[in-house]
Amino acid sequence: MDIFQTIVAKAAGISAESRLAGVLSERGEILELTEKSHDAALRPKHPGGLTHSERAALACRIALLNDEAVLARHYDGLIGDSNREIADTGFDGGSDIRLRAIIRHTDLVAVNPREAVSGDVSALQNVGIADADIVRLSELIAFVSYQIRVVAGLRLMVEVS
Amino acid sequence: MTKPIEDFTAVVPFWQPRVTPLDLEKATGEQMEAMKVTVSNTDIGAYTLVLALDPETLQQRTPLFNGIMYSRGGLSRSETEMGAVAASVVNRCIYCAAVHANRYNQLTKDETVMDRIFASGEDADIDPRQKALMNFATKLSKCPSEARKADMELLVENGFGMDEVLDLILSASLFGWANRLMHVLGDPMPQD
Repeated sequence: MDIFQTIVAKAAGISAESRLAGVLSERGEILELTEKSHDAALRPKHPGGLTHSERAALACRIALLNDEAVLARHYDGLIGDSNREIADTGFDGGSDIRLRAIIRHTDLVAVNPREAVSGDVSALQNVGIADADIVRLSELIAFVSYQIRVVAGLRLMVEVS
Repeated sequence: MTKPIEDFTAVVPFWQPRVTPLDLEKATGEQMEAMKVTVSNTDIGAYTLVLALDPETLQQRTPLFNGIMYSRGGLSRSETEMGAVAASVVNRCIYCAAVHANRYNQLTKDETVMDRIFASGEDADIDPRQKALMNFATKLSKCPSEARKADMELLVENGFGMDEVLDLILSASLFGWANRLMHVLGDPMPQD
């Protein structure tokens, strides 16, 4: 894998010719695993109860909640024609109780994880979301939150170097 | 009924899941592979059994986690642990904060730094290099990130090389991930 073609390197604007190329190459394995984690969280072979399109839309929403426009554009490109409203941070799921619960949980855990309590997991279970899908959703929110911070940090490295 | 721990501690709690973990007897080959379970190693924690419900992500996450926390070169082991603690304090993940404060204390043989961080957070009375680390990792862990160029320049002024800065970004960011699993999917309970 060319680490300079990974989503985080491209979003941070670091290329093989950048001053930081050497430092980044020292952690090439981490960048590769970050890219593979992206594929596992966004485009898994077995998506369970969360479709690829829903995952991309939720990821886009999380990026927007983090003011991360570049990654938001990347995720937006993976949504496809349906589920586009999920990426709108003003949309709360409307009359779909499953979607409302998922969106509420995503916003809480992305923005304010410290406030998450046991009742927030029951709220998902109560609308019929299976435990395996709760874990899939948690990994998605958590991975995207990680990726956003890596990009934010790398961009500052570019500014400082 | 025993109540979850609500205050930061360097004593590692017991993690009690809020969802039903995978039943090891019913694990698929993919789940066994993701948990790196071998026939001789079936003593496996609740956290791994919960994450094995999404084996594709776990499969990548385990080597990523180990790569960030234990790779040679770059940021020292103890400062990598401090980055993890900073994120865990922001996200109030009592369990992660305890595990990584405990490792920090073991590595440095000094409990005063973590005691101060738990007591005073961002205002903790610690040395300037530690303060610069905590300042940056704390700000990066907010949503949206509040880390700015000046916060990274403070790291450089305090002797951090770019390789160390990168490792700190990775450690703090990784706990943006880990905290959102540990703190959301389970409760930190007192050990018996």
